Amino acid sequence: MSEETSTVTKDFIIESSPQIRSAMTTSGIMWRVSIALLPAAIWGIAVFGFRSLAVLIFSIAAASAAEWLMGKLLNRRTLIDGSAVLTGLLIGFNMPPSVPLYIPVIASIFAIVVVKWSFGGLGANWMNPALAGRVFVFFSWTSGMNSWKLPQALSSMPDALSSATPLGTYKNGMLDYAGPHTGTADFLQDAGYVVSQTAQNLAGVFQNTLGITLQPLNIDLFLGNTAGCIGEVSALMLLIGAGYLFAKKILTWQTPVSYLGSFILLTWVFGGLPYGNGLFSGEIWFNVFSGGLMLGVFFMATDMVTSPVTGKGMLIYGTGAGFLTFLLRTYGSLPEGVSLAIILMNIFVPLIDRYIRPAVFGKKDIPKAAAKGKGK
Amino acid sequence: MVKTRTFPKGGIHPHGRKTLSNTAAVVRLPFPKTAVVPMSQHLGAPAAVCVAKGDSVEAGQIIGTGESFISADIHAPVSGTVKDIISIVLPNSVRTQAVVIETETTFDESVLENKYRREQNDSDPVARLSSQELISIVKKAGVVGMGGAAFPSHVKFQVPKGKKADYLVINGVECEPYLTSDHRMMLEHTDEIIDGIRAVQKMINAPQVIIGIEKNKMDAVEKMEKAIADRGLTYIVQPLKVKYPQGDEKQLLKAVIKREVPSGGLPIEIGAVVSNVGSIFAVYEAVYTGKPLIDRIVTVTGDAVRRPGNFLAAVGTSIRQLVEAAGGFTEAPAKIVAGGPMMGFSFFDLDSPVTKGTSGILALTDKNLDHSPMTACISCGKCVAVCPMGLQPTKLFRLIDNGNFDEALKLNLMDCKECGCCAYTCPAKIPLVHGFKYGKKMARKKS
Repeated sequence: MSEETSTVTKDFIIESSPQIRSAMTTSGIMWRVSIALLPAAIWGIAVFGFRSLAVLIFSIAAASAAEWLMGKLLNRRTLIDGSAVLTGLLIGFNMPPSVPLYIPVIASIFAIVVVKWSFGGLGANWMNPALAGRVFVFFSWTSGMNSWKLPQALSSMPDALSSATPLGTYKNGMLDYAGPHTGTADFLQDAGYVVSQTAQNLAGVFQNTLGITLQPLNIDLFLGNTAGCIGEVSALMLLIGAGYLFAKKILTWQTPVSYLGSFILLTWVFGGLPYGNGLFSGEIWFNVFSGGLMLGVFFMATDMVTSPVTGKGMLIYGTGAGFLTFLLRTYGSLPEGVSLAIILMNIFVPLIDRYIRPAVFGKKDIPKAAAKGKGK
Repeated sequence: MVKTRTFPKGGIHPHGRKTLSNTAAVVRLPFPKTAVVPMSQHLGAPAAVCVAKGDSVEAGQIIGTGESFISADIHAPVSGTVKDIISIVLPNSVRTQAVVIETETTFDESVLENKYRREQNDSDPVARLSSQELISIVKKAGVVGMGGAAFPSHVKFQVPKGKKADYLVINGVECEPYLTSDHRMMLEHTDEIIDGIRAVQKMINAPQVIIGIEKNKMDAVEKMEKAIADRGLTYIVQPLKVKYPQGDEKQLLKAVIKREVPSGGLPIEIGAVVSNVGSIFAVYEAVYTGKPLIDRIVTVTGDAVRRPGNFLAAVGTSIRQLVEAAGGFTEAPAKIVAGGPMMGFSFFDLDSPVTKGTSGILALTDKNLDHSPMTACISCGKCVAVCPMGLQPTKLFRLIDNGNFDEALKLNLMDCKECGCCAYTCPAKIPLVHGFKYGKKMARKKS
């Protein structure tokens, strides 16, 4: 046979159909989520200084080391799948910039060893490891987890006094609230909270050129010029990352939309009550862009392992998380409620997946023609 | 033109790769020197060999009889001498008897053309014959579904008592990536397909005909529409959005007539009969020329094939001969597939014969394949989202993996048709379809 028409040259692969597969892999998902977090990471390092880079490196290194060790013990090589690096990165994101470095290390080890591997490793844990690690150290080292650093834009302001987060200032002030205030911006200003010059300038630009009145406080929150955890402060950077994941079809809309939707609805309806403003007067901007909500909605609640598998299930889960976040923030004793809300909803995921099933094709609304045909 | 439709739930968009071969006109392959004709080329009972070693047979003569209710006759694709009756394994792992025919040297295409000629002055057979007579012609010609499953057509066209067909839906979807045999068929045999449709319409007595074609074949849509208009017929050509597995009859019916075939049921239960364009052409040949199903169009394609194309090959031709006709391989393929890449079978023996159901031969290179390692399921839910049947592949696989077949059955394992959307999509590379095939087999064994 001539070379031109050679037909056999080597062994062929035999496997079950389908014979081709999509390019998406588990590690591809994990690394892409990590990439999506990079803008927010860079922002955090830029505004809080290189100290926050050390926090991120320590948490990632600790998580990776723990993953490697567990894989070694159980004879599974899983470091390459990227999930441990992602967990470490998310733990670093949830740390205050000035946190003592042993805290993220312990959080990472707890997340990987206790939360993830004691249930069987990747895919088997029922609780988001990064959040569990954060909550564990939050309640163990309360002061270390509550010492905040002002971002550069604020620390240069002449009358910057308080270095608490906007939500923390708000919560403290609300404990003995006397009023009267028109809203959160007014209230925080009274409590000694300052906004950046950039935000004031930007608000002026919007007012003069477009005639849109924006609260400088909200601009700071959106851009990320506030005290807070390293990765959570910039809503803008997190949205850029989320947009990338949507484009890559890694994020689905159900969890983020239902989470934000229920939170925004509740905030709008009931959020104005503390000021005596009545129903339907809550401040959406402040509540959505403050604290860890953006990080929680797009990167924590959407963790595939610990969220439902069906679209309908995701809607229930997201709605519940939004509801709990609102309750914890408004009525809890802590300023922030995102982590606890998501962890609480993680508990319901097996239940949701058990009872919320997709409609099986051909098992409902059988048309009349068919019903007639089934005469025998 | 009619508004584009599709099925609502699930589905995937794999890269089509149809441009490799969709402009290559069908070429008649030379007849094989020896034809290996399997007795099991269809769903149901294999045909029984009715010739003996040493017999001389004529092209078109019955060499295997399908006696069971669901079976089909097998005809000699060439004239020659029965050299042997052997046992072979087909690419789909079915072991079957096969009749080996040595083609006589004088046999060529003109023999078939003279024997099976459409008489120009023949009165219209569709008008002349009754629906039962037409069905028996289809049965005698051994026509089976040529879209993949190879279900005997005469069984499908025999509408059961008490049931009524409102629609005849023609499947020109060809949703499997790479394959273009149906596309070429619609372009090159448009009029014959219309004649075939008329015959089948009479057999099942359906008032309405809808032809479903995906929008990546707009030339076929236009050609069909023109042919229908020229004849003054009222068939509807329904363009469909490109989405796999739209060519599955359940998804196709949901898309074109918005009815759901009940779980475990047949299309006739919702008043429809679905037939692939290839089968319709086979019906045309049987009814108008008397030719049984002894050849078919096969797409030979893939990145490892030198000149991808579409070939009219006699049943029993070796796949090696097909590949050689397409110029051989440019590089050693990593995998060869009989059928499309989503539901086809990977096989290793290039001497396997073409059967009535061989829609394509695909030679994939290493680059076309995914070698990512399998990881644990991360519950991403993508398999659930893409399942067109509304199943939960991840849960089913876990149950089967644990040997809990009863529970898997309760979660509708039997509604899985192995379309492969889940396994294609799964980022953890879990062999979901493999698991479901195994689970079904075990569940059947238990019951």
